[in-house]
Amino acid sequence: MARGFNTPSPAGKAARYLLLALVLLLTVGPFLWQLSTSLKGPGEDVWSRTPGFLPHEPTLANYAKVADTVPVWTYAANSLVVASIAVIGNAAGATLAGFALARLRFCGARLVLGLFLATLVLPGEVTIVSQYVTVRSLGLTDTLAGVALPGAIAMLNVLLMRTAFQAVPPDLDAAALVDGANVWQRLVHVGLPNVRGMLSVVVIFTFIGAWDDFLWPLIVLNDPGKYTLTVGLQYLNGTFSANPRLIAAGTMIAFLPIVVVFASLQRFFFRGVEEGAVKG
Amino acid sequence: MTHRRWFTPWLLAGPAVLWLAVFNLWPAVNTVILSFTNARPLGGGRFTGLANYQRAVEDEQLADALVNSIVYLLICLPLLTLLPLLLALLVERRLPGITFFRTAFYTPVIASAVVVALIWGWVLDDRGLLNGLLGQLGLAARPVSFLTDRWLLLFSAIGLTVWKGLGYYMVIYLSALGNVGRELHEAAAVDGASAVRRLWHVTLPGVRPTMMLVSVLISVSALRVFSELYVLSHGTGGPGGRDMSVVMLIQLYSRGFTGHIGYASALSLLLFAITVGPMLLLARLGRKAA
Repeated sequence: MARGFNTPSPAGKAARYLLLALVLLLTVGPFLWQLSTSLKGPGEDVWSRTPGFLPHEPTLANYAKVADTVPVWTYAANSLVVASIAVIGNAAGATLAGFALARLRFCGARLVLGLFLATLVLPGEVTIVSQYVTVRSLGLTDTLAGVALPGAIAMLNVLLMRTAFQAVPPDLDAAALVDGANVWQRLVHVGLPNVRGMLSVVVIFTFIGAWDDFLWPLIVLNDPGKYTLTVGLQYLNGTFSANPRLIAAGTMIAFLPIVVVFASLQRFFFRGVEEGAVKG
Repeated sequence: MTHRRWFTPWLLAGPAVLWLAVFNLWPAVNTVILSFTNARPLGGGRFTGLANYQRAVEDEQLADALVNSIVYLLICLPLLTLLPLLLALLVERRLPGITFFRTAFYTPVIASAVVVALIWGWVLDDRGLLNGLLGQLGLAARPVSFLTDRWLLLFSAIGLTVWKGLGYYMVIYLSALGNVGRELHEAAAVDGASAVRRLWHVTLPGVRPTMMLVSVLISVSALRVFSELYVLSHGTGGPGGRDMSVVMLIQLYSRGFTGHIGYASALSLLLFAITVGPMLLLARLGRKAA
């Protein structure tokens, strides 16, 4: 007898959950282990052949101690500054430009759009050296502004917002025009309410991208007092590699805020996935 | 007439166009110019013709980096094209709690490559978990030097890239699977086609364009690898600096007193040359999918 398509047998279901649990262990397990290590006391072995999974005497002391060795909270604040500039810049800049390109007809629009598209075939690493030269000539080396500025409006986000504005039904826009709405009113009252999903995706990934970025801040920053978290962590790893508990605490300070941001906004992301909005 | 003043659109698009010019177009042009000079990280620079390109041809470290890139690509390509598809098939079915699993499997993607490399660096260390396990099972008399052997270090970095990429490509496949005709599946099921046959004859042909897209994405990102190798090797590029990637070389020459902006720019153009093919293919596939 052919079973219905959506009703697997109980055994099949159990096998599926078993596989799911196994993959869960492989993907999330290492993070949990690191979290556990960051909470282990100095008396507990983290290197031994069979380190226990759960800390016996959980302590937050490692988080205080890592701040004694490197200014980890300053690094976190620096990362937050960089990520905030990136989010505000991209949300505003990409929305405005995306709206203009999708909804307004103007001389030169096709050329500009073509140039935006052309930048997509250029991996960021290819221009990173001359990007550094540009930032240097602006006098911004070794500053957070220098880290944040080049990515403050990403070309991909402009194109994503343009696509989102194009999907807004033209009738809505036409009705607003008949009512005598100006460009700003059309953007705020007709456009924005209909592109919230894409705007959320842009915000989430801009934040994560800026917070996680390593290569660019590594090139721009020299002064260890101005490091962002990723660069600071690498520095910590190089200098004090003897104590994995401290490194674990450091990695958790870099990792947990991202988890919180993603968890609170993930419904927008997966809704986008099911609507086929995410194509890589 | 969609707007009254001719400059209104330019006002809105202005900031983005400024960024396009200053941080995208100019750096692209300037990379070409700089590659013909001997510019240094601290300033200066004179026209030196093809000297940087000549140097690149003779650079043994660059030759190693290119070999590493090819190995990276050849191993990542099959693993990251197939494993995420299997993962997507596993989480596709709407079972209770499936959203939790989908989100959880995506966790390595949102973590910084630095965080991921630090965690795995600790697992792969001579005194780390994996060596502890191997020792306990009696599989290795001495610790395996995952992080200090020329090839093992490269393979470790590849393993990390694969592990971190699973969730990313899973989501792309998931999005594609949603579009593979459910009716077609149900019809095949009613006709008595087994699950394996349905996978082979219905699902796979349905996601073939996505597999193409995914494999191009993998190729580009494998050629651009940086953080995993950098952090696992503590920035040294492994024994004798033989585990460098092209991007690591670019970073190496972009700063410090020994840096050479001109040479780094020539390496950047080389990186462009090896990625432009897949990138153009990607643009075409993306347009077809849209």
